Amino acid sequence: MPFFMLLFSRQGKLRLQKWYVPLSDKEKKKITRELVQTVLARKPKMCSFLEWRDLKIVYKRYASLYFCCAIEDQDNELITLEIIHRYVELLDKYFGSVCELDIIFNFEKAYFILDEFLLGGEAQETSKKNVLKAIEQADLLQEVSHVKNCE
Amino acid sequence: MPAVSKGDGMRGLAVFISDIRNCKSKEAEIKRINKELANIRSKFKGDKALDGYSKKKYVCKLLFIFLLGHDIDFGHMEAVNLLSSNKYTEKQIGYLFISVLVNSNSDLIRLINNAIKNDLNSRNPTFMNLALHCIANVGSREMAEAFASEIPRILVAGDTMDSVKQSAALCLLRLNRTSPDLVPMGEWTARVVHLLNDQHLGVVTAATSLITTLAQKSPDDFKTSISLAVARLSRIVTSACIDLQDYTYYFVAAPWLSVKLLRLLQCYPPPEDAALRSRLTECLETILNKAQEPPKSKKVQHSNAKNAVLFEAISLIIHHDSEPTLLVRACNQLGQFLQHRETNLRYLALESMCTLASSEFSHEAVKTHIETVINALKTERDVSVRQRAVDLLYAMCDRSNAKQIVAEMLSYLETADYSIREEIVLKVAILAEKYAVDYTWYVDTILNLIRIAGDYVSEEVWYRVIQIVINRDDVQGYAAKTVFEALHAPACHENLVKVGGYILGEFGNLIAGDSRSSPLVQFNLLHSKFHLCSVPTRALLLSAYIKFINLFPEVKATIQDVLRSDSQLRNADVELQQRAVEYLRLSCIASTDILATVLEEMPPFPERESSILAKLKKKKGPGNLPDIDDSRRNVNGNTEHHEPTETTNKSPPSLMADLLPTNRPRPASSSPIMLSAGTMGSSHPFTDLLNLNSPPAAAPSLLVDVFSDLSAPASVEVSEDNFSRFVCKNNGVLYENQLLQIGLKSEYRQNLGRMYVFYGNKTSTQFLSFSSSVTNGDALKGQLIVHAKSVDPVIDGGAQVQQILNMECVSDFTDAPVLNIQFRYGGALQNIAVKLPVMLNKFFQPTEMTSQDFFQRWKQLGAPQQEVQKIFKSQHPMDTDVTKAKILGFGVALLDGVDPNPANFVGAGVIHTKDTQVGCLLRLEPNTQAEMYRLTLRTSRDSVSQRLCDLLSEQF
Repeated sequence: MPFFMLLFSRQGKLRLQKWYVPLSDKEKKKITRELVQTVLARKPKMCSFLEWRDLKIVYKRYASLYFCCAIEDQDNELITLEIIHRYVELLDKYFGSVCELDIIFNFEKAYFILDEFLLGGEAQETSKKNVLKAIEQADLLQEVSHVKNCE
Repeated sequence: MPAVSKGDGMRGLAVFISDIRNCKSKEAEIKRINKELANIRSKFKGDKALDGYSKKKYVCKLLFIFLLGHDIDFGHMEAVNLLSSNKYTEKQIGYLFISVLVNSNSDLIRLINNAIKNDLNSRNPTFMNLALHCIANVGSREMAEAFASEIPRILVAGDTMDSVKQSAALCLLRLNRTSPDLVPMGEWTARVVHLLNDQHLGVVTAATSLITTLAQKSPDDFKTSISLAVARLSRIVTSACIDLQDYTYYFVAAPWLSVKLLRLLQCYPPPEDAALRSRLTECLETILNKAQEPPKSKKVQHSNAKNAVLFEAISLIIHHDSEPTLLVRACNQLGQFLQHRETNLRYLALESMCTLASSEFSHEAVKTHIETVINALKTERDVSVRQRAVDLLYAMCDRSNAKQIVAEMLSYLETADYSIREEIVLKVAILAEKYAVDYTWYVDTILNLIRIAGDYVSEEVWYRVIQIVINRDDVQGYAAKTVFEALHAPACHENLVKVGGYILGEFGNLIAGDSRSSPLVQFNLLHSKFHLCSVPTRALLLSAYIKFINLFPEVKATIQDVLRSDSQLRNADVELQQRAVEYLRLSCIASTDILATVLEEMPPFPERESSILAKLKKKKGPGNLPDIDDSRRNVNGNTEHHEPTETTNKSPPSLMADLLPTNRPRPASSSPIMLSAGTMGSSHPFTDLLNLNSPPAAAPSLLVDVFSDLSAPASVEVSEDNFSRFVCKNNGVLYENQLLQIGLKSEYRQNLGRMYVFYGNKTSTQFLSFSSSVTNGDALKGQLIVHAKSVDPVIDGGAQVQQILNMECVSDFTDAPVLNIQFRYGGALQNIAVKLPVMLNKFFQPTEMTSQDFFQRWKQLGAPQQEVQKIFKSQHPMDTDVTKAKILGFGVALLDGVDPNPANFVGAGVIHTKDTQVGCLLRLEPNTQAEMYRLTLRTSRDSVSQRLCDLLSEQF
């Protein structure tokens, strides 16, 4: 069962956070701070998994951004690594060669794409085509008025 | 500004983000944010109604500010308003805000739930999805209450769109995780299982996750999913990789779905149906075969996805633990990975092999890789990989390779990362004890541990070596000689001084014949370390000295001089001073015989569970500790050591049957040193060693710390040490450890009672999140009602807080309620459970009566089940006044002149419960010659007679 997903920059700035377990803001901040430190301290060739507290951390660096997932002991590390990769692919496809700035300025989109892909921490739709289709449909809806269904 | 600005650009937002990025300092950023917050606040408060776009923009800015790590305390209402906007993007931002900044404000929750309800009913799939995503993201109990029964309906309805089904499935999964009690099972479950057959692989993927979670909760309801999952898996693994179109990921067919299906199957034992079972075996074989095929792509994603499925398949094989060929194949495959150039694969192979090592079928196969694993320990550059190698060595250890593995771990320890040293120390200590045939090897190993990593050797480890040496006289001489030699090192660790002090104090005589280790040499050696040691160690050394006085009369004068010196007799530390004074006095006034009795060799320790193992379990969490249970491997035939250990003398079978504590009292034969120890503080190392019931609660695992909401509280042993002391009294100290003292004052009237519980913080640090509650066991529910008032969540250092408990006795009872205390001390969560001394006799009202009345009632209560009698040996000196006080304290009236024999005690009283009153008569007949008592109780209820007799008979 996944616990959370964090995106942060090489400078340790948090760019996206998604929590799949209820935690207080204070705890979230504490976890983020400690984890960012731990991951940033690791050297490039090191393994992508580490035990941290009682969780397993799966992380990968893409350009200036670290993508980091916390999972439970019995969860599958490699498939989590590919979850991260698929999310990166989705961002890349949507923004067209994504960079950190895209995620900073369009943070809400990054969240929407994540929600289409992962829900409650589990893969909702693993087809790249289907996820992007859903996002693009939503984009088409912008500023289009909908008459609400009358109750 | 980014090149791309898809969707609707919110210019104001982009400008604001740019501003923030341009801030040169943290202060400038805060200033800019405060300006923006003021601006937004005034807009929200302004008279002019904001249009949807502005509202969206400002809410989005607030969200951005929050995500930067600042607190946001307004804007929730505006966000909720956006939910009911008919513009999609406004609604979307509203939902995002709510998902990220959940507020438990009840009014808002109602409004949010209303908006969600409207969207769920809208029949617009995009809106429905937004609403479902929000529920899944928030997952609160209020939402579960509102929607947990609605979502299954959406999920299985025939006309629901696929994408909505996917969201609904995972939404339900989230609710089931957060509030499993609110997700109703029902006829929909059967239909959910059939989603495994769905045409749409996205739906199948989401459904599989949901079914796995539900099957973990109630496996029987989802048994039918086994065959469907196997069928689906089989179709995937045999499909050509292009068949699944977009669900193929880097030439691997539906890796996510495959992993999930394999995970679902791990909720169940191997299928009983032979055909199904062989189909599954075929699938697993196919997956193993594919691992041997050349890769279809050089991309790491290809190999990761393929191996993700492979590892999950291996997990299933290990979970079934029933197909030897598959297990051995899995082991060989992992063996290949052990030398793979990808660090990730080496890591995972080591991890997986750990579980394989505990299977009787594959243990031997795992052992063949020992050299590779040892090599990994030496050469891996990543500490987390080395850590896995240590775990695997620990798991594959048995008698045949223990010496090699322990030696390798010890040599690794010299250079190991500080972060994992303590764990390695524990592991070495456990293995050395568990597989010791020759206990000299054990002693050497532990002393080496202390030498190499003394700082990481916890008390449990050195307690343990002492227990073992005391319990085995074949190793005592060797141990004395070895510690004596080790103490010669110029800088030896304090833990070694402790072990040395203890062992020489007990067994120094065994090596005293040699002039190089004569008593005086031994003493001087120990005393040369004295001044460098901490107070507890010095205290231990003082005890060793008094033992020397008994062992070696020739050094008595020397030691007395030391004890007499001002630095001892006037030591600022009370404990040391007291010891010096008492030991000196003891050595002066006691005759040799008395001294020999008081300071006799320690009796053997009773067999107890190893606290080292307990500590390691605690450190790793039970699930993480590889099973090194021998009984299992014995099935495999070779190695093991259930043959009785012939060298054993005082202690039953093998020592590794684990001596140590946690809560056992001292050895039954009252130990000599106790005489003096009893008068001392509880920090006395000798007593501690025997009575390790209150070590400072070691920091519980971090998961408990941070995710305390999720994980069930680690089960805490209920302390009942002082329980019986409260049978005849109402006030006193109930519990005490190094952090906390709990005191009680209680008063009872008829069937009601009130207890004042005082929690004293013994430390100088605050206790945070302090809470305490009272739980009644099932039997007790309905018999005794305890109402606990709330207690202040913070206890300052040195302060005391009070909690009031109100009690009502409804009917007679036997069990006692448990007081559960939780708090954080220095970041670590502490859990304490104490049995509350509320007993039936507390609800006594004493009754005076004449001799005639007494005997008349006595006769009336003559039915056999109404009388309970017990004859027991006296545990305390038989003092009439003390006995009288105890009977009065028990709650009855003491009736004089009733019993013809004046030495007997007779009492009467009435137990008040809400339902009824029970009259009780009791008679206690002491026999001073035999030091026995006979206690007889007669009441109108057999359960009451029994309980009262049990309670009172423990008191004399």
